[in-house]
Amino acid sequence: MSIPRKRFDTLVIGAGGGGLRAALQLSQAEANVAVVSKVFPTRSHTVAAQGGINAALANVLPDNWHWHMYDTVKGSDYLGDQDAIEYMCRAASHIVIELEHAGVPFSRLNNGKIYQRAFGGQSQDFGGEQAARTCAAADRTGHAILHTLYQQNIRAKTHFFDEFFAIDLIKDEEGYILGAVILSIETGEPYIIEAKTTLLATGGAGQIFRTNTNARINTGDGMAMALRADIPIQDMEFFQFHPTGIAGKGMLITEGARGEGGFLVNKNGERFMERYATHAKDLASRDVVSRSIAIEVREGRGCGPKGDHVLLKVDHLGADVVAKRLPGIRDTVLTFLHMDPVEKPIPVFPTAHYTMGGIPTNRYGQVVAPLGQGAEEPIPGLYAVGECACVSVHGANRLGGNSLLDIIVFGRAAGNDIIDFLKENRFHRPLDEGSVDQALSRLARWDQRGEGESVDALRQELQQTMEDYCGVFREEKVLQEGVNKVKAMEARLAAVRIQDHSSVFNTQRIEAMELENLFDVALATVTSALARQESRGAHSRVDYPERDDEHWLKHSLFYKKDHRLDFKPVRTKPLSVDSFPPKPRVY
Amino acid sequence: MNTLSKSRLAWRCRRGMLELDYLLQNFINTQYEILGPADLKAFQHLLETPDALLLEYLMGRTIPVDPVFCDVIQKIRAAVTY
Ligand SMILES: Cc1cc2nc3c(=O)[nH]c(=O)nc-3n(C[C@H](O)[C@H](O)[C@H](O)COP(=O)(O)OP(=O)(O)OC[C@H]3O[C@@H](n4cnc5c(N)ncnc54)[C@H](O)[C@@H]3O)c2cc1C
Repeated sequence: MSIPRKRFDTLVIGAGGGGLRAALQLSQAEANVAVVSKVFPTRSHTVAAQGGINAALANVLPDNWHWHMYDTVKGSDYLGDQDAIEYMCRAASHIVIELEHAGVPFSRLNNGKIYQRAFGGQSQDFGGEQAARTCAAADRTGHAILHTLYQQNIRAKTHFFDEFFAIDLIKDEEGYILGAVILSIETGEPYIIEAKTTLLATGGAGQIFRTNTNARINTGDGMAMALRADIPIQDMEFFQFHPTGIAGKGMLITEGARGEGGFLVNKNGERFMERYATHAKDLASRDVVSRSIAIEVREGRGCGPKGDHVLLKVDHLGADVVAKRLPGIRDTVLTFLHMDPVEKPIPVFPTAHYTMGGIPTNRYGQVVAPLGQGAEEPIPGLYAVGECACVSVHGANRLGGNSLLDIIVFGRAAGNDIIDFLKENRFHRPLDEGSVDQALSRLARWDQRGEGESVDALRQELQQTMEDYCGVFREEKVLQEGVNKVKAMEARLAAVRIQDHSSVFNTQRIEAMELENLFDVALATVTSALARQESRGAHSRVDYPERDDEHWLKHSLFYKKDHRLDFKPVRTKPLSVDSFPPKPRVY
Repeated sequence: MNTLSKSRLAWRCRRGMLELDYLLQNFINTQYEILGPADLKAFQHLLETPDALLLEYLMGRTIPVDPVFCDVIQKIRAAVTY
């Protein structure tokens, strides 16, 4: 079969904020850039970010990047790499001003400066008073950033492959990444994109869990592509959950509901948070509330016919308060549950929100792995940024407003590093046909006909299993069972068949390949969670309730081959300032 | 505007936010076969709205100027099961 081939200096896989920021840097430097996205670029998940982006502009309250750095290191529960964190926090103000100049309509103060709001985890003076660090374009920050970057890329003549699905990376024997095999969703035709450099910017993997806040396109494709190219993925045990998502559906019910006086009850009508957090009760930290809900459900005090959720009461606040202070929550509940929270309590369960782990990179966006010499050798020709990457600025726990910052700062940094790489690597390397064939066989596998398990059913089972065995309630026995179950299910993948074999917009085939990706990422997550015998940030083990810096202040690396785990040290040395040594994380 | 095939429309129902995915995919999966040509056209047109505005419409926070949209939005909301 002769497959169309195209050549570019750089192939960017993913058109969210991370991919588009990198592409812009490159196109403006006259590099020949292709951006591939499975959905139209402005429908990338970055549009969902409403809260804002952090930068120590000090427009509302005193602030500086060093305080932001302290908060981020502390928030990461000391697992974040302090060189990357310093780099990000130092760059933040400049990055936000740059976005403003590019056309992002940030909300303003009366004096004309960019408005900033206060978010959890932000402090002045290294843990002192609340800081106000989050810049927002009304409640559409992600949307504004994404649209602005897209327009700028069009102007800079970035070449877009809209509605193309990346199947796998192309890699030669020496370990160079040479581009990717992609599929036109519209025609069902595969293409080979040869590139001197390839950047993965495919976003997070919330879809490995049943209840999650992510768009359904967040299936961890880039992480799985890296795994299949023998690249490990890092810190996958760290997944941020939000305590209150609509049960079984996942949509976020913000903390505001509890902040305004809402509280949680179990099937006996008991206000159970009083038992778990005597003082803070329903306003205890996210992980405490999430775990308490999971325990109530596990111990048979859940609500509903299946006993699989608890209830969030706001009905006692009265229609006026709900309408005035919580209008967004009311709309959400009316829309997705056809009921009014003014009259009835809301069924909720912890919902998976953010993937802290991902493809290991350094602060230049280069993908790094232990190749023989050191723990962090660059894989030639491969870069990664955004939620699919792990640089690692979020460590064990991400702070609100830091991920939009992460994608823009490191998108730009990766663009700059690629420009340097291109200067020294002017020619395309010979294509590795074996690697292309491997990617194509992954596609051809779905041409098999006949009866078999369905993609939908197996995905639902996987998501439910991950929720039950690798969610917020984690202990040895449960996790071990989770690993066994996911492995057993993965073995069933071979028997899955799709019924639609048409070429044009064959959603079934794409969903089948996404399911393969979900399995790779889910196995990485549950295996890493079983291994880490401590509680740190978002990873909390009931059997190892304390953080254990002596044994576990290190990053985990999961390999697809044999499901092997490796570890590497945390980079505790910042670029120019003193390290922040681990301290108990109390707020 | 030509009417697009179901599979093509279904792909356009994959959006950047869970809320939109849920509403749009549920609608196309359960209602496509029973939609009249006018609704189908309105739906197709509606899918061209940027995600942030589409969310406002579908959550009932903003009323679109075009009355054709209102009808199909009502149907999308009514199709949600729980
Ligand atoms: C509800 C919600 C609210 C949030 N609010 C905030 C906030 O206020 N502040 C903040 O800082 N963060 C927030 N976040 C997190 C933040 O939005 C994301 O981490 C960030 O937008 C990720 O950007 P990205 O560029 O890495 O990827 P994405 O924006 O997810 O883009 C991924 C891209 O990859 C493409 N892609 C994926 N797989 C393939 C494939 N196989 N082939 C081709 N293309 C592919 C997709 O089409 C898409 O273009 C929020 C997250 C959620 C869920």
